[in-house]
Amino acid sequence: MNIVVLVKQVPDTESLVQIAADGKSIKKDDIKWVMNPYDELAVEEALRIKEAKGGSVTVVSVGPQKAQETLRTALAMGADKGVHVNDPAAEGGDPLATAKILAAAVKGLPYDLIICGQRAVDEDNYQVGAAVAEFLGIPHISIVAKAEVLDGRIRCHRSIEGGTVVVEAPLPALFTTQRGLNEPRYASLPGIMKAKKKPIEVKTIADLGLDPATVGAAGRKVVIQALRLPPERKAVRMIPGDTPAAAAEELVRILHTEAKLI
Amino acid sequence: MANGVLAITEQRDGKFRKVAYEVVSEGRRIADGLSGPLTVVVMGAALGALAEEIKAFGADTILVLDDPALADYRTDAYTNALAACLPAADPAVVLLGATAQGKDLAARLAARLNAGLAMDCTAVRVQSGSVICTRPMFGGKLFADVTIQGTPQIIAVRPNVMPIQRAAREAAVDTPAVETGEVKTAVVEKLMDAGGKVELTEAEVIVSGGRGTGGNFQPLEELAAALGGAVGASRSAVDEGWRKHGDQVGQTGRVVSPALYIACGISGAIQHLAGMSTSKVIVALNKDPEAPIFAKADYGIVGDIFQLLPAITAAVQKIKS
Ligand SMILES: Cc1cc2nc3c(=O)[nH]c(=O)nc-3n(C[C@H](O)[C@H](O)[C@H](O)COP(=O)(O)OP(=O)(O)OC[C@H]3O[C@@H](n4cnc5c(N)ncnc54)[C@H](O)[C@@H]3O)c2cc1C
Ligand SMILES: Nc1ncnc2c1ncn2[C@@H]1O[C@H](COP(=O)(O)O)[C@@H](O)[C@H]1O
Repeated sequence: MNIVVLVKQVPDTESLVQIAADGKSIKKDDIKWVMNPYDELAVEEALRIKEAKGGSVTVVSVGPQKAQETLRTALAMGADKGVHVNDPAAEGGDPLATAKILAAAVKGLPYDLIICGQRAVDEDNYQVGAAVAEFLGIPHISIVAKAEVLDGRIRCHRSIEGGTVVVEAPLPALFTTQRGLNEPRYASLPGIMKAKKKPIEVKTIADLGLDPATVGAAGRKVVIQALRLPPERKAVRMIPGDTPAAAAEELVRILHTEAKLI
Repeated sequence: MANGVLAITEQRDGKFRKVAYEVVSEGRRIADGLSGPLTVVVMGAALGALAEEIKAFGADTILVLDDPALADYRTDAYTNALAACLPAADPAVVLLGATAQGKDLAARLAARLNAGLAMDCTAVRVQSGSVICTRPMFGGKLFADVTIQGTPQIIAVRPNVMPIQRAAREAAVDTPAVETGEVKTAVVEKLMDAGGKVELTEAEVIVSGGRGTGGNFQPLEELAAALGGAVGASRSAVDEGWRKHGDQVGQTGRVVSPALYIACGISGAIQHLAGMSTSKVIVALNKDPEAPIFAKADYGIVGDIFQLLPAITAAVQKIKS
């Protein structure tokens, strides 16, 4: 099994995300960058499949120089090699533009299975996986909490509202991760040492034969006009009460007569 | 020229999901804003007269795609069928709900059509002929106003956010030939939760529990039952094995938008807020007056949930009876 995992570097979920001077992007300097949590699940799942079935795990990322840290993390977890598309022309794309680059990068690799996150917790787009699969002409299954590789097929437990559907697709296929799939391992110290020697191939948009006008910021179809802070809530109204029962009754009274929610 | 809105509904077992009404209502508003027609798509197998039910929400045309291959949602079958009938409708906007199904379909369809997609939007407005979508990003820490270049502009709206509004019209029902093309995926099994429960993303009220429940969700279940709501959980409660993954609310869980969210014994970590900050009213019950959840709540009580919840349930039952 040759497995490709798509990994993205995103701001740590604890980070304070601030709007940059242009009003349309975020300040990138003071942020701690990490591997997208859903991509950790993807790397872990790929390693487990490789451990069971043999083969290779290649991790692919589109991003600036810094994004190589995320590839190194995946290599330290146990992936075999990395592909880093590092080109200013690749930056600032919307999911479709990024998926075009990823599909082109994956096309040059041997693959039976592609795994990626259901969403990157930066722009929360939930899109790139399906788009990569479409551009490669292979089936995809999204939001997968359990995956089994069968003979030439993949069987996935896909989480939907109110339950799970079990979906099968012939390989090659792509699936996207859901929490519950596994518990990602931490990179061990020997793993980190070994990762330093593992290869990362660096590619440009030209290397991939793509027209720079169709990718990155230039290829964006979804244009951010403005970023703003979410509307603020009014200050919390603390409900007093001599006893829990009194506070409870007052809360219900407010929700009933004032907020009209009960 | 591309014109109007095509709204894709979602049904399961021959019943529209709530989001279908939201999408059609919002579709009507956008279509009016663009002075164009609203086409509503109903997809599935053996749909019978289902399309009739959506007429009251303002469609000009209803496209019924009824085919055995569409019985269960499968990305390829649904994408192929839609892509085949889209050129004839030539909509400026394609609208659908950002559910498990809708997000999946929207993403694949966008790539098929090479069209821009704004995912999980919480507001859509038409301003001098252009459509502006608001979408939370970074787990709701920021909101982005986005526009989409080219057509169709695909917009997936967050469930439970868009108001449902009736708008009766004489809709023409069209049943075009369905082309599902090559379908590679197969649904082999459905493992659904016991019926009768309100689904988390459709619930008007969510009573959510964290580590502070100590694993005892009984008082939360009782309040949820009294309010006709659903029970959610923090990641800690899920990690403890107290609740299943599908109940987890947050950045690595479900994103919910109920009218009322009652957080019980939840501290209010930023990753939890990411999943519930667009709730209309937030109530926090926590024994720690310094718990960060209070800063994000509309109403709060400092106290022990095991004393508060039974009293709240009793008070609710009194009002309801
Ligand atoms: C990458 C990443 C992703 C994450 N994703 C999510 C996510 O999707 N969803 C999520 O929820 N978390 C997520 N987390 C975890 C998050 O950071 C918190 O650890 C978690 O939300 C805490 O859960 P909690 O509030 O239940 O527990 P705690 O933080 O332990 O809080 C328990 C609260 O209960 C109160 N309490 C205790 N007993 C009582 C009582 N008897 N009565 C009243 N109050 C009581 C305490 O005062 C305390 O405030 C994520 C973390 C990371 C790093
Ligand atoms: N720049 C990128 N490089 C590599 N993988 C990416 C990139 N952007 C998105 N992905 C993958 O696609 C998934 C979904 O991302 P998104 O559609 O942006 O929410 C992520 O979890 C990654 O697996």
